[in-house]
Amino acid sequence: MRPVAFTNVRLVDPASGYDGPGAVVITEGVIADVAHAPTLGGLSADVEVVDAGGALLIPGLVDIRVKTGEPGAEPKETLKSAALAAAAGGVTTIVVQPDTHPVMDEPAVVDFILRRARDIELVNVYPAGAATKGCEGKRMAEIGLMHEAGCLYVTDADRPIVDSKVFQRVLSYAKAFNTPVAHRPADPWLSAGAAATSGEFAARMGLPSVPAIAERIMLERDLALVELTGARLIVDQVTTAGALESLRRGLGRGLPVTATTSINHLSFNEIDIGDYRTFCKVDPPLRSEDDRQAVIDAIASGLIQVVVSAHAPAPAEDKRLPYDEAAPGAVGLQTLLPALLAFHHEGRIPLIDLIRTVTSAPATLLGLPAGRIAKGAPADLVLCDLNAPVVIDADKLVSKSKNSPFDGRRLQGRVLQTLVDGRTVYRA
Amino acid sequence: MNGAPPGLNEVLTRTFSFPKRHFLSATDLNEVEVANLLDLADGFVSLNRQTSKKLDLLKGRTLMNLFFENSTRTQSSFELAGKRLGADVVNMSPRSSSISKGETLIDTAVTLNAMQPDLLVVRHASSGAASLLSQKVGCSVVNAGDGQHEHPTQALLDALSMRRAFGRIAGLKVAICGDVLHSRVARSNIALLQMLGAHVRLVGPPTLIPPAADRWNVEVFHDMRKGIAGCDVVMMLRLQLERMDGVMAPSQREYFRFYGLDREKLALAAPHVRVMHPGPMNRGVEIDSEVADDLSVSLIQDQVEMGVAARMAVLTSLAARLENER
Repeated sequence: MRPVAFTNVRLVDPASGYDGPGAVVITEGVIADVAHAPTLGGLSADVEVVDAGGALLIPGLVDIRVKTGEPGAEPKETLKSAALAAAAGGVTTIVVQPDTHPVMDEPAVVDFILRRARDIELVNVYPAGAATKGCEGKRMAEIGLMHEAGCLYVTDADRPIVDSKVFQRVLSYAKAFNTPVAHRPADPWLSAGAAATSGEFAARMGLPSVPAIAERIMLERDLALVELTGARLIVDQVTTAGALESLRRGLGRGLPVTATTSINHLSFNEIDIGDYRTFCKVDPPLRSEDDRQAVIDAIASGLIQVVVSAHAPAPAEDKRLPYDEAAPGAVGLQTLLPALLAFHHEGRIPLIDLIRTVTSAPATLLGLPAGRIAKGAPADLVLCDLNAPVVIDADKLVSKSKNSPFDGRRLQGRVLQTLVDGRTVYRA
Repeated sequence: MNGAPPGLNEVLTRTFSFPKRHFLSATDLNEVEVANLLDLADGFVSLNRQTSKKLDLLKGRTLMNLFFENSTRTQSSFELAGKRLGADVVNMSPRSSSISKGETLIDTAVTLNAMQPDLLVVRHASSGAASLLSQKVGCSVVNAGDGQHEHPTQALLDALSMRRAFGRIAGLKVAICGDVLHSRVARSNIALLQMLGAHVRLVGPPTLIPPAADRWNVEVFHDMRKGIAGCDVVMMLRLQLERMDGVMAPSQREYFRFYGLDREKLALAAPHVRVMHPGPMNRGVEIDSEVADDLSVSLIQDQVEMGVAARMAVLTSLAARLENER
């Protein structure tokens, strides 16, 4: 592969804290040189120089919560269609969830995912293993063997582990391998059957609902168990102001906890459900505007460190149903970056802090070499036009499922080119 | 003493007074008592290797084996020990006693006490059961395993096996590996080995190591390779198979991968390492057959032999005290 230099870029690299003019040289799939100036001197003649004309160059996005339908529900989404959507959205690393068919609760399924990803050769795909067999919350899965096979963390995805003794054992056991455990903070009894968050809106619409405190209740238990075991916890999507209070206190006690939130909960509130728009049915359900504002503030303050797409494909037949019967979930790989950039364009959060939540923060959390623009790092990069206006058209999304709540939304920021290990995997 | 080997006669004629009425816990013993018990047991090992194994030290005494939990190995070890010392041995088990008819432990104790046994050997699934019995009977009680608490004669026989293999116990590095959480063998061994000056390490997944074990003056390892590195003795513990199906460990194959003793892991221990296991073993789960059956490293068969001798030493010592009392 011929070495390439991108010159005249606005380089934003949260890992080094740099936001300014820059240039980057890529050789053999690796970042060979970085300059904090628009040009680089002394390039040899065989280097292909691309003048980016001031476009934004950031590390490829690392999205640690992605569902595909493979194995088991390929009509929804395959690893390949998800990887294509990721590439188009500037996401160069995805971590796929274990709640597939069969469930990813043993090393053979981990191997399968990794082999498929190698064959597809688009973006980096890593699996998250199940924390319990069948994601049933009863018996521990083969956490150690899956860790050796290459899974980055364990989780039962959408399903909380209700039995505190089981969860304590999962945390203790995973600690021996320094594997983080991701857990959805949701009280299962309060959440049962809910399609919306309790409040005036859900009451008026007549929707079965869950009080927002269901999140805080489970998070408080989880934090107490982290205190007991010393294990690393990833809080899978904090979406309420009440839970943020618990999180603040837990982090204040020095607990090894990292919280995520989803782009959906940053971008929408319960009113967006409007006339029962099932594309806005996600899990956990959309919250009040006050909660949304608190979550945005938590991103700004660093209380929440990681933003995920929570990409969850659901085909039309699963969504064209009465609201409480419709499948939850939204695709998000392709809209993550422009939706996040909205907070920059509003002047709400500095660009570098936004980019950090989807690059160096998740990469550091999971010990990945990606997520930074530094000499020797893999050349996983995204070139984009920060200000280009885009109107999201769900039908034109690359994903096999088109269930995007962003359909029709006007955003700014367009991916021009995505590189993984120096290979161009997407070009606008 | 009729039929006793010369070494044994010497030990027996020492003015040896064992000051305890019962044998309940390794923590009740002191270094001198343990040394005397081990010397005595050493003598019984020689006796047990002779054609004529019978002594009359416990002649006229009644030893009652009261096993609420089944254990062929320990029960027959005590039975043999009693018989070789000339005692009358009676085996009681829940099926043949009234326990299955709802009688409480203390009622059973009072009933048995009325039969005037001299030595009561008890195994029970509840921690503290042997101690409770000892408060209600007039005879000596030997704890043959109480719940997850202690199994002091196992610790004594393990110490005997180690002392015979290495000539000493002080300074040995001993790694106790596996299900420490539920193991009475581990608790008795930790107490006894530390008293005798060994360095004890505990090795196992965090789910099988008691939460406050780091306060027992032991080193705790969750990585077995690091845990057994340089150790003189690797003592494997049994892990009940039903605990291995996602409860305390994910699966048998994962347990074997990370915490099973095989040649590869054993190579990290000291060159003269000896492997122990209280039995019964789960081959291919906690220990590879290749290791368990290698007589150049395995002390597992010795442990069974030492068991009879160690128990003879305990029974003799307790009976000698009874002699003084009556």
